[in-house]
Amino acid sequence: MAEVIIDRERCKGCLLCVSFCPKQLFTLSDKLNSSGYYPVKIKEMKECSGCAVCATVCPDVAITAVDR
Amino acid sequence: MRVFERPKVLKDKVFHYCPGCTHGIVHRLVAEIIEEMDIRERTVGVCPVGCAVLAYDYLDIDMQEASHGRAPAVATGIKRVLPDKVVFTYQGDGDLAAIGMTETVHTAARGEPLTVIFINNAIYGMTNGQMAPTTLLGQRTQTTPYGRNAAKEGYPIKVCEMLATLDGPSYIARVSVGSYKSILNARKVLREAFRRQIEENAYALVEVLSTCPTNWGMKPRDAMDWIENEMQETFPVGIFKE
Ligand code: SF4
Ligand code: SF4
Repeated sequence: MAEVIIDRERCKGCLLCVSFCPKQLFTLSDKLNSSGYYPVKIKEMKECSGCAVCATVCPDVAITAVDR
Repeated sequence: MRVFERPKVLKDKVFHYCPGCTHGIVHRLVAEIIEEMDIRERTVGVCPVGCAVLAYDYLDIDMQEASHGRAPAVATGIKRVLPDKVVFTYQGDGDLAAIGMTETVHTAARGEPLTVIFINNAIYGMTNGQMAPTTLLGQRTQTTPYGRNAAKEGYPIKVCEMLATLDGPSYIARVSVGSYKSILNARKVLREAFRRQIEENAYALVEVLSTCPTNWGMKPRDAMDWIENEMQETFPVGIFKE
């Protein structure tokens, strides 16, 4: 099973992962992090294929992708 | 099994870069390559003046700050005194192609065994968006509010094409981080640029087309698409010297 782990404190809500995820699994969360950004969260983790496209494009290296 | 995780060569810090700025992607690629090539203990990076001035805060290796544009001269000194070290510079377009053009050209002409990473985002980022030597014709900046006009501001400088005419360099390439595929290609090319120094004691430069969403006035994704669709018309991606 694949999943991604998002580091809320690193994320700047730039939406790159939102636009690049081939399955469109990302959305913004509604709680600010301590830098004042709305970090992203995953809508449906079950759908994740573990392709790591999101992690590759994330400029803040805020995503860890796991494939078990 | 982890398929993607933060390289250990990146310190546990939040980058100061603007949201969506692709400097972070290039930092990560450099960190991954250093880790993968197992050269962490003998690599020395030289930072520029510009947005990447704080790169020493992010890469967990020996780093030296250079004054504006002088990174290749500083790197030359380090490499000549410590020839076993792997020495690279990380410079933006203002640093490398404006104030530091002399150092850039002569270091390449001498074929110093260094790896030069050149971030071209076609604008002065840190100082809020003035025209850079690599600003595209027609591109609006703070100092070219009607778009860069060749008659007044001259033409963008094509650093790779120019340096490829010299005999000193071993490897000159331009890559992009404007799409997923481009990022994968950039990683391969950057790795080759490090390999040239390590195995062939040769000079290599990689120009990376990178975004500045803040000063381009674009959303991060639009900025990445702009690299792929507009910037590459002036700055084609490829290997200019093998
Ligand atoms: S690993 Fe791939 S499929 Fe899974 S969330 Fe990231 S981009 Fe989407
Ligand atoms: S690409 Fe990275 S920083 Fe940008 S929104 Fe996604 S997780 Fe956050």
